[in-house]
Amino acid sequence: MNPQRKKRLFIVLGLLAGVGIAVALALVALQQNINLFYSPTQIANGEAPAHTRIRAGGMVAEGSVQRSADSLDVAFVVTDYAANVTVRYRGILPDLFREGQGIVALGRLNDDGELIADEVLAKHDENYMPPEVTKALNESGQSKPAKAAEY
Amino acid sequence: MNWTWFHKLGSPKWFYEISSLWLRGLSVAAILLILVGTVWGLAFAPPDYQQGNSFRIIYIHVPAAFLAQSCYLMMAVAGLVGLVWKMKLADVALQQAAPIGAWMTFIALLTGAVWGKPTWGAWWVWDARLTSMLILLFLYFGVIALGQAITNRDSAAKACAVLALVGAVNIPIIKYSVDWWNTLHQPATFTVTGKASMAPEMWLPLLLMVLGFYCFFGAVLLLRMRLEVLRREARTSWVKAEMSRLLEKVR
Repeated sequence: MNPQRKKRLFIVLGLLAGVGIAVALALVALQQNINLFYSPTQIANGEAPAHTRIRAGGMVAEGSVQRSADSLDVAFVVTDYAANVTVRYRGILPDLFREGQGIVALGRLNDDGELIADEVLAKHDENYMPPEVTKALNESGQSKPAKAAEY
Repeated sequence: MNWTWFHKLGSPKWFYEISSLWLRGLSVAAILLILVGTVWGLAFAPPDYQQGNSFRIIYIHVPAAFLAQSCYLMMAVAGLVGLVWKMKLADVALQQAAPIGAWMTFIALLTGAVWGKPTWGAWWVWDARLTSMLILLFLYFGVIALGQAITNRDSAAKACAVLALVGAVNIPIIKYSVDWWNTLHQPATFTVTGKASMAPEMWLPLLLMVLGFYCFFGAVLLLRMRLEVLRREARTSWVKAEMSRLLEKVR
């Protein structure tokens, strides 16, 4: 490689490294703001501000969903298997909402540490399976692969 | 390693002659792969245990998103070659790839929104994956606009190359956003090497679609590049000879 090309190559690589470092620093500084949601552990530790709109994400705890008989009110517990947060919501839940499903709820924390949600989004994992496989897995006593570490 | 092929690429005439062969091969492969992949994915692959049939949009969404990122990476490499080795063809490749990449990004965002509504319950969420993908779309717009706004060909090439290189910082952010931050978007399903988080009868048509999209991209890029080479070299004798040969064929 002739010296002029080498010089240009180093200039370009230097430029790229500089921009890369700048962006990395900015992203580290913004770490908290880029996260889409707080985990129940973060909420339990008081890292989430009260009385402002926040998002809480986690798994809907098994057997925790309570639906009201005469309205669309619903209450359920969101867990990351370390801490729990109770979520109250009025409205239509997405199709994928079920116990054991990952969800993200938008709302405000009240004084009791409950999340009064005005929007609930379902989060699905990266596993896709034909229905027969899940049926076979359930029959053999294994449920779908648990992804608890993510929440 | 033998680098003659690389130095030969400096000659637009050589590229024009050799690429007609590649073009034929890539077009045939693209048509076959996409046809088989679409029919297999939409009609024969089993539905998902949770999402039912709506998961089938993955067969467009994932290949388009793959290509959107690969195309930008290719543009960054072309920008590097153009800046360091001053190769004319690198600039042709960079500017001709930008609109294709922008369309792929748009398709990925659109199919993602259509998929997000029934699955997540929202068309759009400002999470890291979706936002970085939107930034990628704007980067493509920037490259296209810069290339068209500057009339001097050399300065346009330099400006586009620098933007393509600097914007490449966004690519690892898109790729790893789902691992670095809490996002609504799930982590990657489709990996070429890692363990499959998908049944083989769902994964194989997806593989065909991804390969098909890459071949399609290669074919469209070559078509556009050949046209641009003819336009840029219009004054040379070989292009004049080629044009009269092509016109003869039409008549």
